[in-house]
Amino acid sequence: MAARPELQAPPEIFYDQSEARKYTSSSRIIDIQAKLSERALELLALPDDGVPRLLLDIGCGSGLSGETLSENGHQWIGLDISEAMLDVAVEREVEGDLLLADMGQGLGFRAGVIDGAISISAVQWLCNADKSSHEPRLRLKAFFGSLYRSLARGARAVLQVYPQNVAQRELILGSAMRAGFAGGVVVDYPHSSKSRKEYLVLTCGPPSLNAAVPNAKGEDGMSCSEDDSSGDEENQTVTISDRNRPRKKRKLDKKSKGKDWVLRKKEQLRRKGSSVPADTKYTARKRKSRF
Amino acid sequence: MRLLTHNMLSSTIKGVSNGFPLTIEAAKVVEKQVDMNSDFLKNIFSKIEWKPFVEAAKTLGFSELPEEDVQPSLLDSHEFLTKFHHALLEIHLEEGALVCPETGRKFPVNKGIPNMLLLEDEV
Ligand SMILES: C[S@@+](CC[C@H](N)C(=O)[O-])C[C@H]1O[C@@H](n2cnc3c(N)ncnc32)[C@H](O)[C@@H]1O
Repeated sequence: MAARPELQAPPEIFYDQSEARKYTSSSRIIDIQAKLSERALELLALPDDGVPRLLLDIGCGSGLSGETLSENGHQWIGLDISEAMLDVAVEREVEGDLLLADMGQGLGFRAGVIDGAISISAVQWLCNADKSSHEPRLRLKAFFGSLYRSLARGARAVLQVYPQNVAQRELILGSAMRAGFAGGVVVDYPHSSKSRKEYLVLTCGPPSLNAAVPNAKGEDGMSCSEDDSSGDEENQTVTISDRNRPRKKRKLDKKSKGKDWVLRKKEQLRRKGSSVPADTKYTARKRKSRF
Repeated sequence: MRLLTHNMLSSTIKGVSNGFPLTIEAAKVVEKQVDMNSDFLKNIFSKIEWKPFVEAAKTLGFSELPEEDVQPSLLDSHEFLTKFHHALLEIHLEEGALVCPETGRKFPVNKGIPNMLLLEDEV
């Protein structure tokens, strides 16, 4: 497997002209970006009233993700650290406005003016220290703090990320929670190493109904969205974490599935031929919340 | 960059307490026609800082926006909506600069893209 891009060079170097070119020429990349951004927009769960909103696309790159927003009628502002990628967006004549900016320096928007934000495969870049002055924790703090301030109360941010490992996932999620966001991670296609995709679904403002992590598809035998009704076990979405704001005690989740449910589910998967960890005394035990 | 974005942007240079609004220096302005959506305009209206919006539009050569007494009731007027729409979404600052109101630091705008990258000592 190719080395992770984040380990090769800083983003403004890695996303050079030749890398940016792929975003116009590779149908695979174009297809993936479109799918990821459609899913992110779906998870944003904007009110279903047909009113176009003002959205952010963080790490908008060549504007493929922004095009999805335009197709759905929304206005958007995209920001990216790579000039080469933004040049492609200009060439593509995207409808959104573009800014050359580093999210790790904080976003410069007035408070509460943004109706929602998406980000496709960009935020994990903040976990790298590309310059001696870079401190990932501080850059994540600047990013999430400024994102939180710029969003309207109750608005969501949906960030599709590729954390390198558990520690990075915790670092990113922890920074979001400390900035005041509520929410958690939604994992699509959890059983496929290729198609597995993670989305941080974050809600701004006091915990409310809105802050619940979107229902996991495929968990209750509910069918997934139109095109994934094949019953293929790859086509499942599960919520792997559902955390609330720090310092607040989590209410007991009435819907919590409990050990029996987990054991049943594991048995089902085994029958389908998946490899599932053996049942032990640790299976479905209560875990301490980390925040 | 359109005035929609200009109206939301502020300077985040370290130590700046009020980075809004950024002053516009316009070297090249272009217009691109966009379909009007009155639902969007009605929804965004309350978020617009009106005075800076009017000033910015003037800088870009459009001075038909009402300056005073801008009430939500105006949103029922088609004439008003048309002007609001034009100023907000159809005029682009293509080349020029945005200037931080407190420090005078210039953020250059090339090919319609403001360069908001900060130097290390500005973060
Ligand atoms: C996988 S690409 C996403 C492309 C984009 N969604 C599109 O449609 O072209 C990730 C993008 O994140 C950007 N990025 C990485 N670090 C960034 C940072 N600190 N600030 C802003 N953008 C960043 C990269 O320059 C790159 O364009």
